[in-house]
Amino acid sequence: MKKLLARGYLVVLLVILYAPILIIAIFSFTEAKVLGNWTGFSTKLYESLFTGGLGNSMVKAIENTITIGLLAALCSTMLGSVAAIGIHNMKGRGRKAITFLNDIPMLNPDIITGISLFILFVAVGVSQGYVTVLLAHISFCTPYVVLTVLPRLRMMNPNIYEAALDLGATPAQALRKVIIPQIRPSMISGFILAFTLSIDDFAVTLFTKGNRGLETLSTYIYADARKGGLTPELRPLMTLIFLAVLALLIIINIRSARNNKQKLIK
Amino acid sequence: MNKDIVISLQHLSKSYDGKQVLDDINLDIREGEFVTLLGPSGCGKTTTLRLIAGFLAPDGGKILLDGKDISGVPPYRRPFNTVFQRYALFPHLDVYDNIAFGLKLQKVPTDEIDKRVRRILKMVSMTDYESRDVESLSGGQQQRVAIARALVNRPRVLLLDEPLAALDLKMRKDMQIELKEMHAQLGITFIYVTHDQEEALTLSDTIVVMNEGRILQAGDPVSIYNEPQNAFVADFIGESNILNGRMIEDRRVEFLGHEFDCVDEGFGENVPVDVVIRPEDVYIMHKLEGSQFSGTVKSCTFKGVHYEMFVDTDKGYELMIQDYNAFEVGSTVGLLIRPNDIQVMRKERVRNSFDAEIVDAGHISLFGSEIECAAAAAFAPGDKVRAMVDFDKVELVDHQEDGQFAGEVHFLLYKGDHYHLTVLTEDGDHVWVDTDDVWDKGDLVGVNFASENIKLEAVK
Repeated sequence: MKKLLARGYLVVLLVILYAPILIIAIFSFTEAKVLGNWTGFSTKLYESLFTGGLGNSMVKAIENTITIGLLAALCSTMLGSVAAIGIHNMKGRGRKAITFLNDIPMLNPDIITGISLFILFVAVGVSQGYVTVLLAHISFCTPYVVLTVLPRLRMMNPNIYEAALDLGATPAQALRKVIIPQIRPSMISGFILAFTLSIDDFAVTLFTKGNRGLETLSTYIYADARKGGLTPELRPLMTLIFLAVLALLIIINIRSARNNKQKLIK
Repeated sequence: MNKDIVISLQHLSKSYDGKQVLDDINLDIREGEFVTLLGPSGCGKTTTLRLIAGFLAPDGGKILLDGKDISGVPPYRRPFNTVFQRYALFPHLDVYDNIAFGLKLQKVPTDEIDKRVRRILKMVSMTDYESRDVESLSGGQQQRVAIARALVNRPRVLLLDEPLAALDLKMRKDMQIELKEMHAQLGITFIYVTHDQEEALTLSDTIVVMNEGRILQAGDPVSIYNEPQNAFVADFIGESNILNGRMIEDRRVEFLGHEFDCVDEGFGENVPVDVVIRPEDVYIMHKLEGSQFSGTVKSCTFKGVHYEMFVDTDKGYELMIQDYNAFEVGSTVGLLIRPNDIQVMRKERVRNSFDAEIVDAGHISLFGSEIECAAAAAFAPGDKVRAMVDFDKVELVDHQEDGQFAGEVHFLLYKGDHYHLTVLTEDGDHVWVDTDDVWDKGDLVGVNFASENIKLEAVK
């Protein structure tokens, strides 16, 4: 009885968690214009999604989302990895202070990050658009990369860097030929994480996109929904995005499981 | 200047966070020499090696290579290579690429790299392993690769930081022999760091014994073993009986309550000394005639090659003796020590002596606290004095809070009938104590100086 209750609780919890996504996914396979009406199974929405049923501005938004995501992930991976190496080589109190400072942006509510960046860009006098959104995304992704790369550095034999210098490598060569190959797996994990965070973001983007018509997928959908109901083609699109993010998450998990296993073998 | 000298360390000093780890290190290392830096953990041996490698910069002093100061040269421009304790192989490269790492950086032609890597692999008997992943190798094999990776660059000096410490005993012995052969074959100067005295005696041309950031003695293994210059070296290298003695005159010394002939001269008359007797140098026999003194066997343990016995001597001292024959516990034996086997050392100190200041007629200030001292009455407040306390007049108590000063037992020596302890106070001052009580290294103790046991002497 106790076991049944425990299991039932878990099932209810998962159903509540996933019901909204499931509903979107289910209703992506019907033609009804209004969400909630079932007019029989059809893949027409998927067809129209891929045959231009979305309209130009929507395609542009998807493009922006993906390019901003990739660029932000790339920049924050580079910045975050370098920062992690720096933090790793710090000692005592300084290191603790920096690690703490690195944690704050992650705990900070997105809306505050968004408004702060908005005010910053206005204060500096930068015209807002693609570049400001990209900069904002880099700034909130970087701490996550730091957090992903640091444990890998701690696992590394501390003498490895010295061994490289000892064998005649300059510090730059040692970084390129020894340190980066060592932390590459966690850099890739950090990149994927940064990418998913970027394409997922709404609040920060909303405040930094300016008013010259730049939209990412999330801000576009928000505007679209407010104009008068969701475009039906968004339902298959969201289902596909969900599946893509799910795939990325599975990849991250498998990678980290494999890393842990390696650690255990050692 | 001697042309043979490759590396010369001159007045090297280094401290971490205000703690002095190296204090005025001076050492010349000859071309092709196998030098071992030997000492307990924390003695500064690894720091010295890291200074030579260039991973650390000295606070003071110079490191000369062929007479030129290289203190400011970064490690990648020094013609030295290092073998690390935990191997530090590159896990993302296979055995071949690990070894070729340095040669590739030097842009050596590929066919020459290939030739040299294969030759060195043969030398460390790892010929068939070149494409193996380094993490799949055993500890011993990894260390061979690490040695090969260093030697393939033909360094002027090979630095080895406890390279065998992580291996099991059998593997360690084999590797010792191989290292010695490689050294003989290549003629490269080796600087080797270890805390294992047996390893040092086996491998080295020269042993440098270090403790607390200083070099205590440097010399070839035989002289280090037979003629230790102080009690620490005698105790650290091999087994020994270290006893308080008195030099009566040249070639005549008193210890164990008896007088002996010895070969030492120049200490003066009636001077307190430390005497070292190696356990294998005491002759033990059943009959008493022909012996110098007698004793009773207290214990007898078989140690493989010899028996190790503890004998109570007729004047109440305990001696450790090693002999090929076993003697029955409880039996009376005759004992004899030859003049040549008596190693006499000048005592580093005969009593504690500290800087202190008079507070008032009944108190002095010592190590920053005020304590009672009857002798203070003879001085005026504010006078600087030397406070002296005999070793056997220092009282140690179990709890730190019960003492005037809190301390930790840092080093102990058994002197035949009592222990001689070095206690390190919280502020880093040394207090030496003679006691019959048994303490262990690392014990936390309270230190008390009784008012009447503190003698004072004016300082100008």
